[in-house]
Amino acid sequence: MKTILQGVEFIGRQVTDRLILLGAICRFLISILLMSAMCLRRPWLVVREVYFIGVLSLLIIVVSGLFVGLVLGLQMYDTLERFGSGDGVGMVVALALVRELGPVLSALLFSSRAGSAVTAEIGLMKATEQLNALEMMAIQPLARVIAPRFWAGVISLPLLNVIFCALGVFGGYLVAVQLLGVDAGTFWSQMQNAVDFRQDVVNGIIKSVIFAVAVSLIAVYEGYSAVATAEGVSRATTRTVVVSALVVLALDFVLTAFMFRGF
Amino acid sequence: MNDQSAMVELEQVSFGYGSRKILHNISLRIPRGKVVAIMGGSGCGKTTILRLIGGQVKPTSGRVLVDNQSVEELNAQKLFLLRRKMGMLFQMGALFTDQTVFENVAFQMREHTDLPEDLIRNLVLMKLHAVGLRGAHHLMPSELSGGMARRVALARCIALDPELILYDEPFAGLDPISLGVIGQLIRRFNDALGATSIVVTHDIKESLKIVDYVYMIADGTVIAEGTPADIQMSDHPFLAQFVNGKADGPVPFHYPAPDYASHLLGAER
Repeated sequence: MKTILQGVEFIGRQVTDRLILLGAICRFLISILLMSAMCLRRPWLVVREVYFIGVLSLLIIVVSGLFVGLVLGLQMYDTLERFGSGDGVGMVVALALVRELGPVLSALLFSSRAGSAVTAEIGLMKATEQLNALEMMAIQPLARVIAPRFWAGVISLPLLNVIFCALGVFGGYLVAVQLLGVDAGTFWSQMQNAVDFRQDVVNGIIKSVIFAVAVSLIAVYEGYSAVATAEGVSRATTRTVVVSALVVLALDFVLTAFMFRGF
Repeated sequence: MNDQSAMVELEQVSFGYGSRKILHNISLRIPRGKVVAIMGGSGCGKTTILRLIGGQVKPTSGRVLVDNQSVEELNAQKLFLLRRKMGMLFQMGALFTDQTVFENVAFQMREHTDLPEDLIRNLVLMKLHAVGLRGAHHLMPSELSGGMARRVALARCIALDPELILYDEPFAGLDPISLGVIGQLIRRFNDALGATSIVVTHDIKESLKIVDYVYMIADGTVIAEGTPADIQMSDHPFLAQFVNGKADGPVPFHYPAPDYASHLLGAER
């Protein structure tokens, strides 16, 4: 009897802990939104972060996008050719990229490259009393440090996603047209016929914006709430990457269900 | 000491984190224009007093008055206005690591004033000159030694000529030369700016040289106060232990533990 009770208690505590955490994150998001006036007044604060968060993530996004496209081209051509429809490889590569792989992979890469860096930076600022110092200088850390990084993430990721998809399609083109000899006209026209701008491209970008909000929020929250020690910062950084990945995958499933299956 | 108006006053202040009590009914009075030291062993609640004065934490009971305003009753906006009159030197310096020495000192001027950039430049160079680091204006915080970083932080904390300067362990971890330099700067800035300074420290030797008055804190309450001469003459057992750095005394060497013999024999875990 006692063990059953303990079990129920354990589950209950786990659930309430998660709910409290979710509530705290939502309140944190609201505070960021309320403190965003400074970002509008001084856009350079955001632009500077877009450079650190977005521009410096370009390399990994460009290389990954290209290689995902190359591999997709190879794999899809092989399979499609068995059914005699190897010409459709452009269509499959483009659909897979703009609907799923682009938003999801760019979000995962972004959280490991930029999200972890943001968490570590904010966590270390906290550990070295820099956030405290800002408060004592009568400057809100949420407005001066957190909000610009959050908005920079929200702006950067959808743009990176577009670049990822474009490079992926180009990779597919290189393999299919240049290497495997698919006709270039067929490759592009099949893609053009199959990919709908509103249904596929816009939905992919909407997904990416939602992932951007989630990943950026997790990154700044983990940094801001990190325990102010070396160990605390390292744990927070790890949690950013793991939690972002799980949240992105879960959100993707839900969004796909709504967008492409029309639940 | 009572004939001057107080810049900071703590009236019967208690504070604790959850069930852990840190300050009990503590009362302090810091007169304008003076340098006052708050001393005590590590973990006695000294830094908490600074956090209370800065309004970063609120007392569980009692009042904290800064410039005749009750800090715990101020809303965020008024608290920020009050903080603009304060400068705080943090224990680790808390320099912004992504900015140069120059930008660190210029930070508050750029955030809080509309001064033209060439005026800011001159002001920053003057502040840096006052701490002897004008030549280091282009360096990053990671290129500074501990003593230099502390001096830059000092320049940053007086950037807007504060009326009240709070020092959190300004002497911790410095070599003897830097120690003397920081001590002299604290005294000089206080007198030059007409400010009031509160120095939280456990470095008795260095601080007694420069302060006007001392509060000794132990177990969250004031156990002794007086001028540096009073403190040195005092025969209070805690002061005797503190001033002479004895390992055991009123402050025990051992953390509370079960009986040694029975612990070793495994009776308790």
